[in-house]
Amino acid sequence: MSVSVRVPTILRPYTQGASEVSVEGSTLSEVLESLDTSYPGIKGRVLDESGELRRFVNVYVDNDDVRFSEGLQTSIKDGGQVSIIPAVAGGC
Amino acid sequence: MASFYELCCRECGKRFPNQPLSACDECFSSLEVAYDLAAAKQTFTREAIARGPQSMWRYQALLPVPDDYIPTTPSGMTPLMAAPRLAKRIGATNLYLKNDAVCLPTLSFKDRVVSVALAAAKNFGFDTVGCSSTGNLANAVAAHAARLGLKTYILVPTDLEPAKILNTRVYGANLVRIDGNYDQVNRLCTQIAERYEWGFVNVNLRPYYAEGSKTVGYEIAEQLGWRLPDNVVVPMAGGALISKIRKAFGELIELGLVENKPVRFFGAQATGCSPIAHAVKNGLSHHEPQRPNTIARSLAIGNPADGHYAIKVITQSGGWSEDVSDPELVECIQMLAETEGVFTETAGGVTVATLKKLIETGQLDPEAETVIINSGDGLKTLDAVADRVGPKVTIPASYDAFVKAGLQ
Repeated sequence: MSVSVRVPTILRPYTQGASEVSVEGSTLSEVLESLDTSYPGIKGRVLDESGELRRFVNVYVDNDDVRFSEGLQTSIKDGGQVSIIPAVAGGC
Repeated sequence: MASFYELCCRECGKRFPNQPLSACDECFSSLEVAYDLAAAKQTFTREAIARGPQSMWRYQALLPVPDDYIPTTPSGMTPLMAAPRLAKRIGATNLYLKNDAVCLPTLSFKDRVVSVALAAAKNFGFDTVGCSSTGNLANAVAAHAARLGLKTYILVPTDLEPAKILNTRVYGANLVRIDGNYDQVNRLCTQIAERYEWGFVNVNLRPYYAEGSKTVGYEIAEQLGWRLPDNVVVPMAGGALISKIRKAFGELIELGLVENKPVRFFGAQATGCSPIAHAVKNGLSHHEPQRPNTIARSLAIGNPADGHYAIKVITQSGGWSEDVSDPELVECIQMLAETEGVFTETAGGVTVATLKKLIETGQLDPEAETVIINSGDGLKTLDAVADRVGPKVTIPASYDAFVKAGLQ
């Protein structure tokens, strides 16, 4: 189960500058584990101490915000795409 | 003395030199501009402000622009109007309307934030700017960029009102309509901003942009004779405006320009998109994202970037938040027009309807001095009231017909 992950600028120091990386997993939780194995430390930047998504991070599986689906348990199909995006844009 | 400002993380406090950046690289939290207030005591005085222009630029010493920046557009310094007839209609006694429906040049408070954002864009050397927008911001970016000679890309959701599209395109902006809602447009902008060397006013320039909202707070205090009101009622989309009015009041207190007093902050949302009101009413410290469904499109942000801070400002001040239905907001657009001669857009209808509800439910003291913010002009959202305001009668062009119509 290969999944592509879009990495925001803030986290690229972990991926040696790569903006898109390929990892394994069939749920968001598994994808983050796999990501952390390849790029140690990155998971701790996306999840807080209690293992939940950080407040100021939005994560999308394909086109949907995972907060509208199953959160970390959101399933991801083979060839799917995960986007990690800082939640500090927009509005006023 | 040069005024000093830099970026500061709102959660962990890490400092960053001025640059186009909106999130902390340590904790992902949003950045805001921090000033050297001790130094500002010399430059940000009542006397110096009074000598300044009749626009928001009279507060330039506490805006994040270089000292030698020369503004080109007199945005802000809109009227603070007593609203006795509206007050009487809804059972209040001491009500003011801060009327940004007449903010120049595009008739919404977004002219304030864009003024500052594009000053920052020029300072950072961008020749292309952009934004994600529910309409008012698109208008403002397009107009200000035209005046500054900047190239513009503006991304909007598919269901935007025709007037807001026209009012953007007329300035020559490149308008890109996205098949999705605002939150999806916003996400796309964030991705574009990471790859293109563009200044997105509400993405990578956001900390500077948001500071422009403080001028609403400065103006309210100055127009009240350098004092603070008891209550403010503020429309909420991304949640930044309410937090920045709070910040402005805090700075004025710290600099000794107004006396310290408690001000209650009340937030207004449409029920069809009310993540912040929902959180306040349910005692949550962080909002849950919603999928927007309301005609108040300028407030239709389901995942507000400053939601957490808006909730904090409201609850810590002893205020409250309410949400109102589309029929309620439309009724209140008409009520404001009929009582005070001010035609507001849907967001203003939300604010007036929320004030009415707060009084009815006993959340807001009707005797207290209350300022409500009207954030934009009604000519931008004509559709909202189109079916309610037709001619009283249609008659032939004859005197007899007029008399027969019984109009008296």
